[in-house]
Amino acid sequence: MRPGRYLPVMAALLFGAIEVPAHAATIQITTTDLVFAPAEVSVKVGDTIEWINKDVFVHTATAHNGDFDVMMPAKKTVTSVLTKAGTVEYYCRYHPNMKAVLTIAP
Amino acid sequence: MFVRLSAAIAALSILGSAALAQGAKPTDPQIAHIAYTAGVIDITAAKQAIEKAGNKDVKAFARDMVRDHEAVNKQALDLVKKLNVTPEDNDTSKTLSKQAADKLAELAKLKGAEYDKAYVANEVAYHKAVNGALETQLIPSASNAELKSLLQTGLKIFQGHQQHAEQVAAKLK
Repeated sequence: MRPGRYLPVMAALLFGAIEVPAHAATIQITTTDLVFAPAEVSVKVGDTIEWINKDVFVHTATAHNGDFDVMMPAKKTVTSVLTKAGTVEYYCRYHPNMKAVLTIAP
Repeated sequence: MFVRLSAAIAALSILGSAALAQGAKPTDPQIAHIAYTAGVIDITAAKQAIEKAGNKDVKAFARDMVRDHEAVNKQALDLVKKLNVTPEDNDTSKTLSKQAADKLAELAKLKGAEYDKAYVANEVAYHKAVNGALETQLIPSASNAELKSLLQTGLKIFQGHQQHAEQVAAKLK
């Protein structure tokens, strides 16, 4: 219980916290009944998207410009980090009627 | 091409007219049976395509069809069980099954690129036909809210499949 024993842990937590850029955020995008929601999201490079698939169907979040292609297994959550700025229209390769837009600021 | 599409188009008109001929809208047990049958038909066609197709996009599309239609039909089975509804065979289901069996036999005779094109063209036409029936006949006729909601999800899935099939067809040209 000596405080000194916890110093390395404290340091790790501290450095860990410092290493995460201050602006990085986690944004959730869900698919329910073949709809991406929210359909339009403004984010920043470095942000993490949590893709939450509530459907019993497999979906993808596939950028038209090829910037990302995320596989979204049924009833699962996957994450991806945004690495490139731009206004990116994306869709589901399996159900191309599912469409949405990410506006990614530098 | 006209001959190949004719079966699906005939199925569409029969899907519309069979229920109309009865002078009454289909009941929920009949609707459940028609929707389930429509899914089984597409799974059977897809399994043939997984065996026969040469093009990798066509094969992948067929695998997607098996996966999605099995998922929809599992939901349909869970729902009828929950609602204590027994799906009821009817003339529309019978006609769809007969048309599909004929189509399967017709496709079985084709090979290579000719088969791939015919399968995908039929998938476009078939999903279009089922979507038309869902929109104009089955969804408006469904009484139970949960059945209606499942059919609406089914419609979105099948519209997605139709677009996907159109994209695959365009790449085969």
